[in-house]
Amino acid sequence: MSTKTVTKEKKDKVSPEQREHYHHLLHQMILIRRYEEKAAELYQASKIRGFLHLYIGEEAIATGVMQALTPEDSVVATYREHGHALARGVSADVIMAEMYGKVTGCARGRGGSMHLFDKEHRFFGGNAIVCSHLPLAVGIALADKMQNKPNVTVCFLGEGAVAEGEFHESLNLGALWQTPTLFVVENNLYCMGTALRYHSSNPNLTEKAASYNVKAVQIDGNDVLAVEQAAHEACDYLRSGKGPYFIEAITYRFRPHSMFDAELYREKAEVEEHKKRDPIILFTNYLKENNLIEDGEIQAIEADVAAVVQHSVDFAENSPWEEVEDLTRFVYTERSLS
Amino acid sequence: MTEFKMPSLGADMDAGTLVEWKVKSGDPVKRGDIIAAVETAKGVIEIECFENGILDEIFYQPGQEVPVGNVLATISSEAEFRQKASAQKAAEPVKVPEAVVVEPAKPAAQVVQEAMKAAIAQPAVSGDRIRISPLARRIAEDLGVDLTTVHGTGPGGAIQKSDIEGAAQAKPVLAPEPVRVPEPVSARPPEVPPQAPPVEKVAPLPVEASTEPVPEVKKPTDFQSAMRAAIAAAMSKSNREIPHYYMETNIDMTKALAWLEEENLKRPIRERLLPVVVLLKAVAKSLTEVPELNGFWIDGQHQVSEAINIGFAINLRQGGLITPAIHDTDMKTLDELRDAMNDLITRTRSNKLRSSELTDSTIVVTSLGDRGVEKVFGVIYPPQVALVGLGKITEQPWAENGTLSVRKVMTATLAGDHRATDGHKGGLFLEALNRNLQEVEKL
Amino acid sequence: MTLPSQNVIAEPQQLVKMTYREGMRQAIREAMLRDERCFLMGADVGRYGGCFAVSKGLFDEFGPEKIRDMPLSESAIAGIGIGASMNGMRPIVEIMTVNFSLLALDQILNTAGTLLHMSGGLFNVPVVIRMATGSGRQLGAQHAHSLEGWYAHIPGIKVLAPGTVEDMRGMLWPALEDPDPVLIFEQQVMYNMTEMVSATPVPVDIDHAKVRRPGKDVTLITYGSCLPKSMTAAETLAQEEIDTEVIDLRTLRPLDNDTIFASVAKTHRVLIVEEGWRSGSLAAEISARIMENLFYELDRPVDRLCASEVPMPYSKHMEEAAVPQPETIAAAVRKLVL
Repeated sequence: MSTKTVTKEKKDKVSPEQREHYHHLLHQMILIRRYEEKAAELYQASKIRGFLHLYIGEEAIATGVMQALTPEDSVVATYREHGHALARGVSADVIMAEMYGKVTGCARGRGGSMHLFDKEHRFFGGNAIVCSHLPLAVGIALADKMQNKPNVTVCFLGEGAVAEGEFHESLNLGALWQTPTLFVVENNLYCMGTALRYHSSNPNLTEKAASYNVKAVQIDGNDVLAVEQAAHEACDYLRSGKGPYFIEAITYRFRPHSMFDAELYREKAEVEEHKKRDPIILFTNYLKENNLIEDGEIQAIEADVAAVVQHSVDFAENSPWEEVEDLTRFVYTERSLS
Repeated sequence: MTEFKMPSLGADMDAGTLVEWKVKSGDPVKRGDIIAAVETAKGVIEIECFENGILDEIFYQPGQEVPVGNVLATISSEAEFRQKASAQKAAEPVKVPEAVVVEPAKPAAQVVQEAMKAAIAQPAVSGDRIRISPLARRIAEDLGVDLTTVHGTGPGGAIQKSDIEGAAQAKPVLAPEPVRVPEPVSARPPEVPPQAPPVEKVAPLPVEASTEPVPEVKKPTDFQSAMRAAIAAAMSKSNREIPHYYMETNIDMTKALAWLEEENLKRPIRERLLPVVVLLKAVAKSLTEVPELNGFWIDGQHQVSEAINIGFAINLRQGGLITPAIHDTDMKTLDELRDAMNDLITRTRSNKLRSSELTDSTIVVTSLGDRGVEKVFGVIYPPQVALVGLGKITEQPWAENGTLSVRKVMTATLAGDHRATDGHKGGLFLEALNRNLQEVEKL
Repeated sequence: MTLPSQNVIAEPQQLVKMTYREGMRQAIREAMLRDERCFLMGADVGRYGGCFAVSKGLFDEFGPEKIRDMPLSESAIAGIGIGASMNGMRPIVEIMTVNFSLLALDQILNTAGTLLHMSGGLFNVPVVIRMATGSGRQLGAQHAHSLEGWYAHIPGIKVLAPGTVEDMRGMLWPALEDPDPVLIFEQQVMYNMTEMVSATPVPVDIDHAKVRRPGKDVTLITYGSCLPKSMTAAETLAQEEIDTEVIDLRTLRPLDNDTIFASVAKTHRVLIVEEGWRSGSLAAEISARIMENLFYELDRPVDRLCASEVPMPYSKHMEEAAVPQPETIAAAVRKLVL
């Protein structure tokens, strides 16, 4: 792997602001982790239904990328997007309520786990047709470009999406029109249960992207600092109007593809091996080794996260269901846009 | 444990033949379940049960004729049933009692049953449906055109609108159904239309939609005479025992019809209201104000019924009359009432009336307005104590506050049982009916 | 941007002769001039002038930013249009033909059709997608079908089918005003058809069907290229004293029940004419609605004249035989009234 691993670099002098920022990153990753562990529990208790795809093991990517975004930037995500929504700042309460299917959910319970939306945070879903959101992301970026806005649009995708025609159509058009789109491939090695080597003639994804004249880099997706650094570089590049940017973040999914997956395609030992590179453990160790965090501070983070998670569950539990009379609302717009 | 008895489904029913059990011993039953079918003079009728529990002992098997009131089966609570079942293990199996075969009082009764079986169970006598467009059928019903006399010119001989219109011009209406017109108390002689009145599309009652056309039935069949015999028995009993009094009033329907027209403009076609719905609702509301007319005279006692179940007279095309009950007419909204009537008509057509609907009516409303009849003086259906007759809505000169104008007017009549009520009550009722029809928006 | 009120356009209009093609070209021009958010995107819309020459000349007038040539990537064409529309632009997306649009069906159905509802009313998709449809130019089995009835199956989108030059000219404006996705199906056989129309743009009422010819004996319901054929048939029938009422649906979704039902209640006989295949056709839907709502108004069974259930043949006489023609329409009407 030719990825750069930032957390191996020794830190000598760190400002208090930087220290606080590191704690924020850790807090974000732990929040996503505990939140999704709770989601898995609630799924088994039948509180959450439908498909539930967990991001556990991949938290560093969403956490790192979001650090480079402004509130005006746009985020387009896949169906494994709880982490992205949380890291983007969408409230834990409305995400949990959405997974419960309650009317207080971020999409009134119409979307569910795979379709989280938030207009205020410019979070354009939660898209569950693999790769169909890439044209969307290019279009959103094109609109910013045509309106002379300095915004970028980040599009998260899995490595399975590169086999879809829309991947190639979108990279080609994004590059052709120089749209400010940041494609972040979260390469967790398995497209559901099919390893990359079994579905791609060229498993080197950066080469594919580069063939469309898209600037492409590969990074360690489990190293939150490496992700953050790459995202900043990418956004600087995008905001200078040079066209789309492609980051391949190598990572690993610790959990099954979805809740109903017997994991026949990989060995337990392989999973255990990857868990040694758990992004939260890696980063915690790094902070400890460099005296950037104390055990008490970690406990405080855990306590805070536990409260946020519990609050979201209480919020979802106590929220009402949408009235059935509203079923046919929002098929067509109820207000005029102009 | 309660007894499930052969119900009395009509004043003229002595016995019924069990056709089938829809449940078996040991099955749970609940109030409202259909648990048996019984063949009566009016055809096969499904019998509902009014208890919750377990169907326990069964005393009759299909094919047996059972007098009204005989216990068909018992219904036990679950505990009772279990207790008995274990006790019976030791004891002898329960013997099915011998069938009680009722000797027909008169040979005519047998004839009635045979005829009913033939006619009501298979309403289309010829076995062939008439090919006719839905529009033509509707217009024929509005105009009272007898389809058996119409020659179809559409594809495959189908009757279409133009055929009906042609036939209506040649021979406008059927003769009115045979309704006995007793001596009226009112000074005016009863008006039986001597000739076919001009055809007008006034308040088409869905009554006529309820029956299949019967082609080429000219002579009275066995069935017809049987049905006549059944009606004759009930009506004779009524005339023999009930001292009728009659009264009538003219009601200005202009406001009610205007309201209806406006209301219907707001509605999709299938949700539109026919005048008859409003009329029935108005009668029901008026009965809440004068409840004494809604009930029975049984064993020398006047019993006022709490439920207002209006029996709505439906003429069968093949002859005869059925008055199925619209349960709790007063509690229904106009829309619910419309739906209930449509449902009743559909099931009358397919012979799927429930036993309770044939027996539960507490008062009968007969409306012959669409046949051009201006006034109906009805005969009370025993043991009920009143009958409301609604005539045709016609334009009439109307004097009010010293000026004369033309209004749409309907004559409403009341036949009352003088044993149960006096003319004063009848007058109150007609007054209430008039008032309610001036305020239809409140119905 | 608002539609002019009735009194603004009440002045006497100068009439000019215009083709169906020119009607859309002028509509696009006027949209560009009226609203800077508008742009045209699609394969060969710019330098080539449009597959059916609809946009000929617009590239020179508005330049490559506003008249965007695109690769043959139907899914990306539709998806980028959707994305741009969600971020402040008003794209007019051109897809060459309805047969090609199946490559973009995912975007039209899974994205455009679902986003508003799936996001609980948060995200509008005010995109307009135009494409050519129908037979008549001997284009064979992969360029000449009429699949707009399929699209009319999809909740969340609106489907327009201009059957006159006036409608072609006037439908784009209200379509762009609409906050929801609108598909416009242009009849390729009609591009050269001429009509006298107002020299200045007049927006068309896209919420209602239009009675093109009043009549009392039979109702003929149609749209698109079957409209002129039906009008011809109606004139022939008038000479035989058969008075045909011709209804132009104009909008295939949502259907204007009121106009249809009012006509059927008057004539009691109905023929539905369309170029779609008969099984599961739009005509079947209209027929069912009439049966459900107006059963007791019918003096004959509802009749349908649709395309033969074959892929579109190439040779002229066979292609003509596959779809309704004025003669077959007139014959079907006669059968209904005689």
